[in-house]
Amino acid sequence: METEFTPWLSLGGGVMIGAASVLLMATNGRIAGISGLTSNIFKRASDGEARGVSALFVLGLLLAAPLWLLVSGDWPQQWVPSSPVLMAAAGLLVGFGATYGNGCTSGHGVCGISRGSGRSIVATLTFMATAFVTVFVMRHLIGA
Amino acid sequence: MKQIFALLSGLIFGLGLIISGMADPAKVLNFLDLFGTWDPSLAFVMGGAIAVTAPGFARLFRKRHAPMFDTEFRLPTRKDLEPTLLVGAAIFGVGWGLGGFCPGPALTALPMAATGTLIFVPFMLAGMWAARNTPDLSLPRKKGTV
Repeated sequence: METEFTPWLSLGGGVMIGAASVLLMATNGRIAGISGLTSNIFKRASDGEARGVSALFVLGLLLAAPLWLLVSGDWPQQWVPSSPVLMAAAGLLVGFGATYGNGCTSGHGVCGISRGSGRSIVATLTFMATAFVTVFVMRHLIGA
Repeated sequence: MKQIFALLSGLIFGLGLIISGMADPAKVLNFLDLFGTWDPSLAFVMGGAIAVTAPGFARLFRKRHAPMFDTEFRLPTRKDLEPTLLVGAAIFGVGWGLGGFCPGPALTALPMAATGTLIFVPFMLAGMWAARNTPDLSLPRKKGTV
């Protein structure tokens, strides 16, 4: 399925993601890593503060698309793979891998690289590589 | 105040994902499909985000010793490349390549309620829970976990 190359919109959206990451660090002192913040919500009660901040950040994420609908009158354009088994496996691997590897595209890819973290640079190169290989296998070898 | 800014940061982050097109797995999968219907947009998202975050963080840490509404910057302190980092990242990448969703876009896209998203998100949360609650995997639980 073809998608339109959107350099300016993507750059602009990226700038907003960066601004949000700096804002969270400046006000709350936390890395805007979505996997870390999300799994914080399920932490045991000992760190209630981390849980509250994380839950509110995630709530903000969840409100973005409804706000978009309210302002523009339409949901953003979207195509999601429809195979239930594929999406269940993908979700399980993404959730497990991001938490086990201590970060995802936002925590390692944006915030970690921006801090010059060697760990994050290696993690980002690793998940980029396995993602490229996975798509190559799925689309060009298996033909799914 | 810190709560309001946490909410606001999440909202701006989510809107950034929508505007950049990353809440659409088709665009992400096409970025990852170098030898097919390649769409380089994702590189511009990462570029734009890092171009703001890197100088933003640098300036912030130079000017302030603590965030505005908290006592300290919670930053990861580890420097070593332990196996869990690489194994976790590799597993994450496979899942990302299968579904085109990573955690931020998946949560942002959740209210749009596509069937695939509604399946993906609960399984993602289950995977996070499993990674946190499997003691023999020696998961690092330090502060500042990203």
